[in-house]
Amino acid sequence: MLLTGAEIVVRCLQEEKVDYVFGYPGGAVLYLYDELFKQDKVRHVLVRHEQAALHAADAYSRSTERVGVALVTSGPGVTNAVTGIATAYMDSIPMVIITGQVPTAAIGQDAFQECDTVGITRPCVKHNFLVKDVKDIAPTIKKAFFIAKTGRPGPVLVDIPKDITIAKAEFDYPKSVTMRSYNPITKGHQGQIKKAVQLLLEAKRPMIYAGGGVVLSDCSDKLTKLVRMLGAPCTNTLMGLGAYPATDRQFVGMLGMHGNYEANMAMQYCDVLLAVGARFDDRVIGNPADFARVARKIIHIDIDPSSISKRVKVDVPIVGNLPDVLDDVLRLLEGSSERPDKDALGEWWKQIEEWRRRDCLKYKNSDEVIKPQFVVEKLWEVTKGDAFVTSDVGQHQMWAAQYYKFDKPRRWLNSGGLGTMGVGIPYGIGVQLAHPGSPVAVVTGEGSVQMNIQELSTCKQYRIPLKICSLNNRYLGMVRQWQEFIHGNRYSESYMDSLPDFAKLAEAYGHVGLRVEKPGDVEGALREAFKRKNDLVFIDFQVDPTENVYPMVMGGKGLTDMILSAEDL
Amino acid sequence: MRHVISVLIENEAGALSRVSGLFSARGYNIESLTVAPTEDGSLSRMTIISTGSDDIIEQITKQLNKLIEVVKVVDLSEAAHIERELMLIKVRATGKDREELKRVSDIFRGRIIDVTDSTYVIELTGNTAKLDSFVGAIDSSLILETVRTGVAGIGRGDRILRL
Ligand SMILES: Cc1cc2nc3c(=O)[nH]c(=O)nc-3n(C[C@H](O)[C@H](O)[C@H](O)COP(=O)(O)OP(=O)(O)OC[C@H]3O[C@@H](n4cnc5c(N)ncnc54)[C@H](O)[C@@H]3O)c2cc1C
Ligand SMILES: Cc1ncc(C[n+]2csc(CCOP(=O)(O)OP(=O)(O)O)c2C)c(N)n1
Ligand SMILES: [Mg+2]
Repeated sequence: MLLTGAEIVVRCLQEEKVDYVFGYPGGAVLYLYDELFKQDKVRHVLVRHEQAALHAADAYSRSTERVGVALVTSGPGVTNAVTGIATAYMDSIPMVIITGQVPTAAIGQDAFQECDTVGITRPCVKHNFLVKDVKDIAPTIKKAFFIAKTGRPGPVLVDIPKDITIAKAEFDYPKSVTMRSYNPITKGHQGQIKKAVQLLLEAKRPMIYAGGGVVLSDCSDKLTKLVRMLGAPCTNTLMGLGAYPATDRQFVGMLGMHGNYEANMAMQYCDVLLAVGARFDDRVIGNPADFARVARKIIHIDIDPSSISKRVKVDVPIVGNLPDVLDDVLRLLEGSSERPDKDALGEWWKQIEEWRRRDCLKYKNSDEVIKPQFVVEKLWEVTKGDAFVTSDVGQHQMWAAQYYKFDKPRRWLNSGGLGTMGVGIPYGIGVQLAHPGSPVAVVTGEGSVQMNIQELSTCKQYRIPLKICSLNNRYLGMVRQWQEFIHGNRYSESYMDSLPDFAKLAEAYGHVGLRVEKPGDVEGALREAFKRKNDLVFIDFQVDPTENVYPMVMGGKGLTDMILSAEDL
Repeated sequence: MRHVISVLIENEAGALSRVSGLFSARGYNIESLTVAPTEDGSLSRMTIISTGSDDIIEQITKQLNKLIEVVKVVDLSEAAHIERELMLIKVRATGKDREELKRVSDIFRGRIIDVTDSTYVIELTGNTAKLDSFVGAIDSSLILETVRTGVAGIGRGDRILRL
């Protein structure tokens, strides 16, 4: 039987067992929307801005192990979506984005709402396609899902001209994909793995540095087992939080620019470093020359060869899929007659505990003004560490990362690579739909939250009971902090003037709004919010506007050159 | 260091812009890039001349391999290989210059492929250095225009790049 292109697209999504599509309609996708209307397997979530559709689909993926799907129209629909696509790309999130395009014959004519979607998005997708024949729709969408979720994951875009959605073809969804130019690696090199295991067994001061790759490939259990077997300290990147349980003694906290003292020190002074699914980002190792100052052996496991030896030369590169490689590592370790050096480890831990005693995250609490760190600590307590937490970008993001102790992967969602303000609420939407009934907190700032505040309306329509905790410091705080440290306190355009009454704003959208000004009211407000299971509650915490994020490694400095508090300035 | 990178890539619309976009986005050098379909029309072969430290060239080959449509990448300059480039050069050929230009062209094994009262078009193939020295060997005031294809490269002997 012949189906239209639009019918085929929807059938493909059904075949992929897609339950939610996040999107926004327009001229070029009218036939697609008509087909969505006629069925009820694939549910559509109508956002209020295309950027939010991308973020929500991205979050759906981040909080599950599935591919997020978004649908937008041509021209402005696509350009609005670009930030969301780039955000997902930078953090390697598997997504399929379907975009409408002007009819084939109009392409290149500066047609109404035409833009070169494939060209505009090319640098921020894993791959993209322009479908020029209705017969190609099914194989292309099959490929798109395959490419998105295999290898190093990433967003894949399929651009479909309007006439192709009207044209007809037989529908036959391919069972499998083979591409001669794309064969993702799974197994790692056995010789290299043996070398790595040997190094780990001989290490006197081993350190494990785990990143987003562990979360993306769902192998926290294997990582945890390995860390325990080796008796080594483990740190997580901002993207890796939850990959190793934060409340475990062997966890030394996040590392990097705003990382824990003990994590950065151990990173610098270990003798064998095992990097798993982490990419030695500039926010993580500081000045690479300073990092290289200390001799250590580095083992790096990553599925993307281009992540290896990009910024830091490594000694034992292992290209492979983490779960497969970790299985091999664990098997070799278990089969080996050798065991890690207990005495050396004892010494190493003595040193680490000494570093830990610096208690780098302590802060001066106050009875008068709410400290932002205190809000996050209370949030952790009130939710018993078991909520999904999304954040925006800025100081509040760092405080959420530092003070909410994530014990499980896929619970912490934020934009690490692109650092996109405005992801908080849309991320919340994606997570909540993927996990109905689970508590979802959005830790945001009064700056970021205004970048997608319109999504409060989406939350109303789909009954998404987020708990939005805005750490309102009346500043673009992260910018203000840099201006304080580097630009002589010249707060150029970092003060947020003319703020709305957020509690009333939330109420105007039909939600519950609270304004909290006293430290003594923080816990009560949070308890009240989480008790209201079915309501979205926006809590506008009036926090100390002068608070800064510590520790901090300034740009260009070595990892151990940390400012621990205002006294160090 | 100068490198000659050969790429086998699916012959699809946009494949070239993925490669050139990669170079500009990441700030890699590109001296020349040539591309045409191979004997198997579904595949194109590119030769890219790039310069950079070993680390950069390593990243370039890794990033090229990462492109979904790229089938194979080889750095030809790692071993014995041949490079050829084609140049068409139009020169003013009048009076005594006519003879001289013909003589120099013969020495470089060029061919005169278009003749008018006042001009020649000379066709010349060779490696980049040879073409450069030909250009250097003739009086620059006589050169009207030049066009070069950029380098195509192939490995010597048993080094074969195919599917
Ligand atoms: C304001 C701000 C401050 C920041 N400060 C910090 C900070 O202090 N500390 C910090 O850590 N970050 C910080 N970041 C985040 C930072 O910019 C990077 O996004 C982050 O460090 C990258 O994390 P990652 O190395 O885990 O890599 P990711 O971006 O998560 O990349 C994952 C890696 O895993 C690999 N991978 C994926 N799947 C697999 C698989 N199946 N098998 C094997 N490998 C796989 C990928 O190829 C990739 O190399 C900050 C960001 C912002 C916005
Ligand atoms: C879209 C976007 N624009 C600009 C920036 C630069 N930037 C990073 S943090 C920040 C301030 C964020 O302010 P707010 O949301 O109030 O958070 P705070 O730092 O005060 O906690 C800015 C402007 C960014 N990351 N994203
Ligand atoms: Mg702020």
